[in-house]
Amino acid sequence: MDGSQPISIEQDVVLARQTVRRLAIECGLRLVDQTKLITAASELARNTVIYGGGGHMDWEFVEEGTRRGLRLVFRDEGPGIADMKLAMTDGWTSGGGLGLGLTGAKRLVDEFSLESTPGVGTRVTICKWN
Amino acid sequence: MDRIPILRMGEFLLVTIQVDMHDQLALTLQDDLSEHISRYGSKGVLIDISALDIVDSFIGRMIGTISGLSKIMDAETVLVGMQPAVAITLVELGLTLPGVSTALNVERGMRLLRERVLAQ
Repeated sequence: MDGSQPISIEQDVVLARQTVRRLAIECGLRLVDQTKLITAASELARNTVIYGGGGHMDWEFVEEGTRRGLRLVFRDEGPGIADMKLAMTDGWTSGGGLGLGLTGAKRLVDEFSLESTPGVGTRVTICKWN
Repeated sequence: MDRIPILRMGEFLLVTIQVDMHDQLALTLQDDLSEHISRYGSKGVLIDISALDIVDSFIGRMIGTISGLSKIMDAETVLVGMQPAVAITLVELGLTLPGVSTALNVERGMRLLRERVLAQ
């Protein structure tokens, strides 16, 4: 990983968005892709605070041939997700939100993976290519 | 405490969001707006988001709530200035802001508000 920052409180969600904006520009993503990645990061960072009880965002620049991309990992050591299928259902929420965080973030990026173990924590990895 | 300023212009309220809002700031704005509508009997609310680089599901929900509660309080809400990249992202996120009136810029938004209020 090229860097990491804590996501513990609500204000850290704003800081995470600002970091992702800077990284996305550095990565050479075009404006629409920057906007999508920042928005996805905002949803996942909020989940880390609200459901995970705080955690971290890690990032790394990735290359594949001539393509460059930005990979972000949101990880927490919270209660985990009991029903992954339900969590990936549009409109379902356990926390009074709109239920668009995980599913919406997935639609906004090129790669998405969700790993969660009840009692251990949750790890969401996303990647956007230029 | 941080606050988004609300300007009063006759029977309308004008809000220009120029900072990257954390969630509590968005909720405070929602409360402040309903309080202003009630206190001044405002007939319309114009929210300018041209300075916002992103609108996520939380801010989207706040915009929808403001629109809904102002309607209940007999005021119209118009959202103006959404950047194209933000619009594309919102639709892909799954947030189409049903029931929220929009206009391209402040000028058109004000015209729309005046027409709505005159028609009543």
